[in-house]
Amino acid sequence: MFHATGQFHDVAQTMPAMSDDDLDLNDLTDDELVSQMHDDLYDGLAEEIVEGTNILLERGWPAEKVLSDALVEGMRIVGIDFRDGILFVPEVLLAANAMKGGMAVLRPLLAETGAERVGTVVIGTVKGDIHDIGKNLVAMMLEGAGFEVIDLGINNPVESYLAALEEHSPDILGMSALLTTTMPYMKVVIDTMVEQGIRDDYIVLVGGAPLNEEFGKAVGADAYCRDAAVAAETAQALVLARRAAASAS
Amino acid sequence: MQQLLHPDAEPVFEAERPEVLVLACGAIAREVLAVIAMNGWEHVTVRCLPAKLHTTPRKIPAAVDHKLTELAGRYERTFVAYADCGTAGALEPVLERHGVERLPGAHCYGFLAGNDAWEAIQEQDPATFYLTDFLARHFEALVWRGLGLDRHPELLPDFFGNYRRLVYLAQTDDQGLLARAQEAAQRLGLAFEHRRTGYGELIPALRRFVGHREGGDSPLRGQSATHA
Repeated sequence: MFHATGQFHDVAQTMPAMSDDDLDLNDLTDDELVSQMHDDLYDGLAEEIVEGTNILLERGWPAEKVLSDALVEGMRIVGIDFRDGILFVPEVLLAANAMKGGMAVLRPLLAETGAERVGTVVIGTVKGDIHDIGKNLVAMMLEGAGFEVIDLGINNPVESYLAALEEHSPDILGMSALLTTTMPYMKVVIDTMVEQGIRDDYIVLVGGAPLNEEFGKAVGADAYCRDAAVAAETAQALVLARRAAASAS
Repeated sequence: MQQLLHPDAEPVFEAERPEVLVLACGAIAREVLAVIAMNGWEHVTVRCLPAKLHTTPRKIPAAVDHKLTELAGRYERTFVAYADCGTAGALEPVLERHGVERLPGAHCYGFLAGNDAWEAIQEQDPATFYLTDFLARHFEALVWRGLGLDRHPELLPDFFGNYRRLVYLAQTDDQGLLARAQEAAQRLGLAFEHRRTGYGELIPALRRFVGHREGGDSPLRGQSATHA
């Protein structure tokens, strides 16, 4: 396949006579397989992603490495092409659904190995808003980046957020909105946290199609995240920065 | 009117005595023209931006800016027949720079249903998907094919799984559109409601604009519920 980067895929170049139907993932080297999985994610091929995930595990790859190198990196490429207007929401959803297949295989293994979490995130769409496509992508990328994610779902009043903060003591609160009529509710939540004296206990990230950097600052969030990949990167960076500051003091 | 049928179209309806301009979203072109005809205004020209911008609101401010710049000085007065329309306030500075006003409220559902009425519907159940006459007419192209559901019907739960009902905000008594809206609800797996709204706040807003004179009131500013 042809990526936005202008590069033909290695596997396709080395096996020009083979159709996709003929391709046996078991025949590929590790590097070729990971590369092929990036392509399969891009094309939203869930069965192939599950198969590729299982092959890498059978070859002795740790679950964390399969997750980061094959799945998260593949979704990062999808995210770049979505941001650049090459892919659209349907294609991203297909890719995300394919990634979910791989995650379902890896999740119990990750839990078994007791891999240390980067941190914990409580995330949800704000009151009055039932849109969750972006929020679900962010949750998936955060999980892929090593966070424990508590997903509150849609249409969350401030009470739900506060209860979840108390129950789970996360590092991060993430709020999402798709509507211009609901995005101001983020300020309601943050103002309530300020009133209760708990605002600084958490990193607050906001996102959603109509938001921007300026809005994030105006409502008092720590950062606005323009897409799922940026959300995962920002979450990691801010958690590490906060921990470094805490240990230095 | 045929040129209104395509979401990419930028139709122009030049008045006999073109004194004032309404720069309208193509998705409400029929409705704007109906209000103009209803009032017998022969000095109001209507120019439309592509209706497909309805689905890409981030592009609206630049498109409006470009068109207002292109038409600057050509008419005595100009009105923009957009609400905030998902631009999250980004349309405001453009309008301020050009010294023009827009429709009240957050989007077409609001001003067509009446903004208070729409808020009541939305508060009753946020899991509501809306169609207007335009969206009922172009459901196949803008919604079904626009979201890729023709190619990937398996994505229906991803897009519409959280919705419970489809409310058709009808501007006219077109039985064909009513049937299309009902069919759309069925395809999306949603309960169906039909509310005859007419042209809602489009009528008073355009009357205030067309009747406005230098030094008169400017009642339309500051009525958007878009920013914190």
